[in-house]
Amino acid sequence: MDEFILIFRHEDGSKIASPEQMQVWMQQTMDWIAGISAQNKFVSGTGLPFENARVVKPKGVVTDGPFGEIKETIGGFITVKADSVDEAVEFAKGCPVLLGDGNSVEVRKIAKGDGVH
Amino acid sequence: MKDFLLVFRADYNSMPKGSPEEGQAIMKQWMDWIGGIAAQNKLKDKGNALRSGGKVVSAGNVITDGPYTEIKELIGGYTVVKAESLDEAAELAKGCPILSAGGNVEVREINPM
Amino acid sequence: MEQPQLIPHLFRTEYSKITAVLCKFFGADRIEIAEDIASDTFLTAAQTWAMKGVPQNPVAWLYHVAQNKAKNYLKRDALFENKISSELKRSGQAFDEFEVDLSPQNISDSQLQMMFAICHPAISAEAQIGLSLRILCGFGIEEIADAFLTNKETINKRLQRAKQKLREEKIKIEFPGLPEIDERLTAVLTTIYLLFNEGYYSVSSDQTFRKELCLEAMRLCYLLIENEFTNRPQVNALLSLMCFHASRFEARMDKNGELILYNEQDSELWNKELIDKGKYFLNCASTGQTLSRYHLEAAIAYWNTHQADSKEKWENILQLYNQLLQLEYSPIAALNRTYAFSKANGRKEAIIEAEKLKLDENHFYFALLGELYTGIDNSKAKENIEKAFVLAKTRSDKLIIQRKLNHLISGISI
Repeated sequence: MDEFILIFRHEDGSKIASPEQMQVWMQQTMDWIAGISAQNKFVSGTGLPFENARVVKPKGVVTDGPFGEIKETIGGFITVKADSVDEAVEFAKGCPVLLGDGNSVEVRKIAKGDGVH
Repeated sequence: MKDFLLVFRADYNSMPKGSPEEGQAIMKQWMDWIGGIAAQNKLKDKGNALRSGGKVVSAGNVITDGPYTEIKELIGGYTVVKAESLDEAAELAKGCPILSAGGNVEVREINPM
Repeated sequence: MEQPQLIPHLFRTEYSKITAVLCKFFGADRIEIAEDIASDTFLTAAQTWAMKGVPQNPVAWLYHVAQNKAKNYLKRDALFENKISSELKRSGQAFDEFEVDLSPQNISDSQLQMMFAICHPAISAEAQIGLSLRILCGFGIEEIADAFLTNKETINKRLQRAKQKLREEKIKIEFPGLPEIDERLTAVLTTIYLLFNEGYYSVSSDQTFRKELCLEAMRLCYLLIENEFTNRPQVNALLSLMCFHASRFEARMDKNGELILYNEQDSELWNKELIDKGKYFLNCASTGQTLSRYHLEAAIAYWNTHQADSKEKWENILQLYNQLLQLEYSPIAALNRTYAFSKANGRKEAIIEAEKLKLDENHFYFALLGELYTGIDNSKAKENIEKAFVLAKTRSDKLIIQRKLNHLISGISI
């Protein structure tokens, strides 16, 4: 079994949701993760607030961001266990982030045993 | 202390493919950089490197294959560090070898899920 | 062996075996009784042998006496009447046939199970070490007090509390189940490593005692390896690590008991046999999927058996420390990593790395900074070594730092 990362991409990270919307989103996310955990396929995950971010570039340049430069801002990610990328994609399909217009979930296989990580 | 996510981005497609010796040297740079953060007791999770292929799931369950021609800055991996502030986390990021390959490091405060 | 040495020698090797078997027999709630019977056995031996001479087979004699004493205790004990004897009757075993099993197999099983009981998560690390020293290694209260730089009363109280805890938690002397073996083994290995380090690094001046502590830690680790159930890669890695360290035991002290630094040691004095054993167990450890801290530390210790500097040696040590720190941070690993970094990547870069560590209470930190700056910025070197001198706690540490400082000052004046 391999591990895959599911990265949530929000088209407009600066869009501010109401507390009620947040509550609904949180509940949906919890249900979604619980569903993956119930299959013993959930590894870990975290949300990333849209404020408090920087981008470090070559030659010591540090900017606020990453907003504006990259069309899709990362809102969080989870890692899951799956036998194939297709199985991981199945998990991704249930992600509540996809309810937002223009949002997407990027599915990537985690490289293990490459010596660096 | 808070946790910060460091996301490594680079245009991997235009990167030259090096010799095994160069690969070894780059590997050492990464190990020494992460080891230096760990030696300051600021490494939370060494994180992962990501394979270059992948899929994107969009609204309406539209699935497309990677690589992502539309994303010039592909995510190559991530690491989680501990720091007192965003600036301190950015300071840790400055030694990241991705920068010498023309890439960048996105530094994000973590919101435990 | 001369008779005056015989009793202490047998006490060291047999007391812990008898105690473990009796503990297992009576249960963890009556450790004191097991200890009393074992001690009493040696007292009887001393008295009897003084009059009648040493028997042909002293060990068998001791076992026989211990068995009889246990039997007599049970006869006297009211609890036995109510509980154990009825069980014995049920099992159809006549009282006179009843024996405490002191076969080699039961001795090693009892000692292993005792190890797991003592290293139970409910017992504090300090008490685990105290109990291990007393029950698993058979050290005297006074020796333990010396090792911890405290007095007998403190150690006695600590051991009492630990035994109380064993009773309260109703800890059984048995092997943990297979699913929890690795987790419980972690605690056992931690205690064994602490025992070893207590001997290897302790400030106690008694050399013989310190060496025995190290050997005891290695013996306990070997007991785990001999048992199929606990013969795991991380156990082999720990034994390998201890073999490599112990190989330098004779070389690291001068005649006056002062520490000799690694670089200044006469490698001819390093114990080749222990180095070979270290390699052997490191090889045994390289199975399975998990890389424990002991694997990494053993590999570092392996490279340190090559005294001469080489690019390969330091690059390997640096990468091993890089990995070790990712697994588990400790200030000493951070400092050693920085030293290896200076050897592999040069001192100028290492100074930048070292300045980030900010271990401002640690005298080793300033000693390292002093060394890195020497020849690059001697006034900074002097400043740091002086800080190290102020922070150093033991006389031996202060002495080494003073030598460095003298070295530096004489170097500058030339």
